[in-house]
Amino acid sequence: MQEETLSPPKPPEKRDRVVIRFAGDSGDGMQLAGSRFTESSAAFGNDLATFPDYPAEIRAPQGTLAGVSSFQVHIADWDILTHGDEADVLVAMNPAALKTNLRDVAPGGLILANEDAFDERNLEKAGYEKNPLHDGSLSSFHVMTAPMEKLTKAAVANTGVKGRSVLRSKNFFALGLISWMFNRPTAPTYEWVEEKFGAGTPVAEANIEAFRAGFNFGNTTEEFHHTYEILPAKLPAGTYTNITGNQALAWGLVAAAKSAGLTLFLGSYPITPATSILEEIARLKHFGVKTFQAEDEIAGVGVSLGAAFAGHLAVTTTSGPGVALKSETLSLALMTELPLILVDVQRAGPSTGLPTKVEQSDLMMALYGRHGESPLPVVAPRSPSDAFATAMEAARLALKYMTPVILLSDGYLANGAEPWRIPDFDDLPSIDVSHATEPNGPNGVYWPYARDEVTGARPWAVPGTPGLEHRIGGLEKEELTGDVSYDPDNHERMTEARAAKIDGIADDIPEVEVYGGTEADLLVVSWGSTFGSVRAGVRDANAAGNPVAHVHLRHLNPFPRNLGDVLARYNKVLVPELNRGQLAMVLRAKYLVPAESLSKVQGAPFMAHEVTKKIIEMLEVQS
Amino acid sequence: MTTDTRYKRSDFQSGQEVKWCPGCGDYTILASVQNFLASLDVDREKHVFISGIGCSSRFPYYMNTYGMHSIHGRAPAIATGVALANPELTVWVITGDGDALSIGGNHLIHALRRNVNLKILLFNNQIYGLTKGQYSPTSEAGKRTKTSPLGSLDHPFNPVSLALGAEATFVARTIDMDREHTTRMLKAAYEHHGTAFIEIYQNCNVFNDKAFQILTGRGERDANRIYLEERQPIIFGANDEMGVVVGIDGAQIVRIDDVGLDAIQIHNPARPEPGVAFALSRLAHGPSGPTPIGIFRQVQRATYGDLMDAQIADAMAKNKANSISDLVQQHGTWTVE
Repeated sequence: MQEETLSPPKPPEKRDRVVIRFAGDSGDGMQLAGSRFTESSAAFGNDLATFPDYPAEIRAPQGTLAGVSSFQVHIADWDILTHGDEADVLVAMNPAALKTNLRDVAPGGLILANEDAFDERNLEKAGYEKNPLHDGSLSSFHVMTAPMEKLTKAAVANTGVKGRSVLRSKNFFALGLISWMFNRPTAPTYEWVEEKFGAGTPVAEANIEAFRAGFNFGNTTEEFHHTYEILPAKLPAGTYTNITGNQALAWGLVAAAKSAGLTLFLGSYPITPATSILEEIARLKHFGVKTFQAEDEIAGVGVSLGAAFAGHLAVTTTSGPGVALKSETLSLALMTELPLILVDVQRAGPSTGLPTKVEQSDLMMALYGRHGESPLPVVAPRSPSDAFATAMEAARLALKYMTPVILLSDGYLANGAEPWRIPDFDDLPSIDVSHATEPNGPNGVYWPYARDEVTGARPWAVPGTPGLEHRIGGLEKEELTGDVSYDPDNHERMTEARAAKIDGIADDIPEVEVYGGTEADLLVVSWGSTFGSVRAGVRDANAAGNPVAHVHLRHLNPFPRNLGDVLARYNKVLVPELNRGQLAMVLRAKYLVPAESLSKVQGAPFMAHEVTKKIIEMLEVQS
Repeated sequence: MTTDTRYKRSDFQSGQEVKWCPGCGDYTILASVQNFLASLDVDREKHVFISGIGCSSRFPYYMNTYGMHSIHGRAPAIATGVALANPELTVWVITGDGDALSIGGNHLIHALRRNVNLKILLFNNQIYGLTKGQYSPTSEAGKRTKTSPLGSLDHPFNPVSLALGAEATFVARTIDMDREHTTRMLKAAYEHHGTAFIEIYQNCNVFNDKAFQILTGRGERDANRIYLEERQPIIFGANDEMGVVVGIDGAQIVRIDDVGLDAIQIHNPARPEPGVAFALSRLAHGPSGPTPIGIFRQVQRATYGDLMDAQIADAMAKNKANSISDLVQQHGTWTVE
């Protein structure tokens, strides 16, 4: 493909952005290769967004389509919003990886294949009759191959790694080759390997040698004699770190507890894709946080509710099936009016569904999925780093209004990463909490259900406080005294008081801001993790001369005060969601607007062009 | 019990009208608990009562302490959260046979194995009372109730055996009507650092009256109550003529005259292994005959809360980098000018 002979090397070709997908068997270390490439790109100063995608099985049968794991990273020298619709480069470690990922490769894109894995057995497992690398079926792509296994074996020969472990380093070969191709700094990778595996250990040496071999293979092989350069992005000045949604969420909870001056208590049960929040907080014991791995989902929220009663900032983390199990306790938290945060990292359902894939289909459950009249605040982050601020907001609402709060994240945010401009942690909003210490009723009596005039919240007297002994529970409470009451009028008043308290939060949250064309006839409304692709789709539509506006919601209950007025200004409303139109239904019901749904339930995020296409379609229809 | 304390029973009465059926065994237990707490020199606000759902679970409403009437079966989990949040508190769990052993079985066994500092009082009346008379997980097999008109097919749990199998560090049994014994058990449980589990045989005079007749009836109780007393031979009967021996086939009831007093088992609840305690628990299933009453097992093991607090204190002593900024710095950063 290259006409000229070796050296001098061509100067790198400048690109403003590139999307690279590493794909291989789930045992091939593709998540690691992708995340290392991401970290070195972050250190280099690119803007970036990632999309790790892996099967539910830890080790599906080797070489099969079901076992393919991939990691996509979008790097750019400008402010990007998504992990990229299509891959410009696909690293395919075996035929199955090529087959399952080919449809996402841009026409003319580069396919870099590990030719050693394209043997008869693997081709058969992937369902290829002929070797696609040679049968001409990939003619619309640019195909390059490297004998990654053979070269990795040779590279690690003197490191002391033996037997089957030898080939484990082939992901580092691929990473080295791609790092060369995109002019990535190598030092961060070497440092990471030495820290992770121990400097001088055989495994560390093998990985470094394989990486070097890949890097040098690019450098010395004619076919690869072409490199790309993506300059650092012109991001706003500041200090950045690269962060995933679950990490940001965990840190946000820790920060919220500090701001409130309370101990953080996390009761949880492992469930994909929420588990890494528990793992992250469990390693932060030196912050004085308490984590409790419960015997089941119900106990996870139960211990947290107990800790809330006793005065901690209590959290439970889970995914959809776990929310179902916790819902009875959520209702008790609502009835006892105790602060509690439930984090639902949504995944594709119902039931076990696609446990490692993204969906936004728990919105209705978050809003309405409890017995009785049981409104509570619902918030959702828009990006991995936004999970930090959203966690703090959830804590603020829970503590200020004495209520359980649901935070709806999802699998895409959980594992996806982006650069985060670090806020001034000394300047985070403080969360004021006061535990009751004095009687608030007549004759020195404590009334647990006397409400704050502004917020409607009841006081929080924790066990151990002298003179404020009281009982709470699931039975309906008499106003003020909190005594058990079966009085019908009291039940109605208490039901209304609980609802009014939550509705009143609308006065305490920012109004929605409209992005984009003031001339627009169409408003796009989105929530949660779809922010990046929807905003990119709206931006592209506007750039192509289609005026369209966009509102993205963080607060899903209550909605911002001005949402109804904003909706009323547009003839058409489009609601893209990774579900069958749940927010669209709520908007139609609540505001009587002709909201139209753009639905996707493929266990994958929106692509920006899917949103753009729908926008243009809707604009073409005369209203 | 000392009488020279700052509290009276009435200090522990909440003022809410007690609404159990007249004649219910729960009244007796409530009085025993209130009297016991009044006898302690412990601040009233340090006691927390957490219950689930069922007749017994209304208990917290009647106590002038902190309390929560929670969800069916979930009290051990919620109480665990309270105990871990504040080790200064004495956390009591009030539960029943349906609440603890049916819907809440999972939380009960895990609280026991973790040795959370909880005092669990299981009111066992061998029936569902609040839903008006269905068989429970401790009802005898073949029991005819509204949901088992031809007889229950369920093999019942023996709560003491279950607790011992779940690694409990303190397991006892008492009877509602025996207030003196109940108080002794409450005191021992209170003083035990860890999960203390007491099964209280409690008569439901409406839906399962006289279930414990052989242990409470004037003419029968002496022949059937086997009091377990520490360091004492396990003997019983109107004239102390009966005893218990423990061998490879478990515990057996014998006539002392037949085996000699030296052969009778000396009770030692502090045995490290629970085997003998388990054998004793198998003597009565029901109760259908002579039944051990008292402390089956009492051993010391670190509580979950102590271990948790120690782990956190250790981590905080070893790593002072506990600001969010530290966290971010360790994660790796870069600067854009």
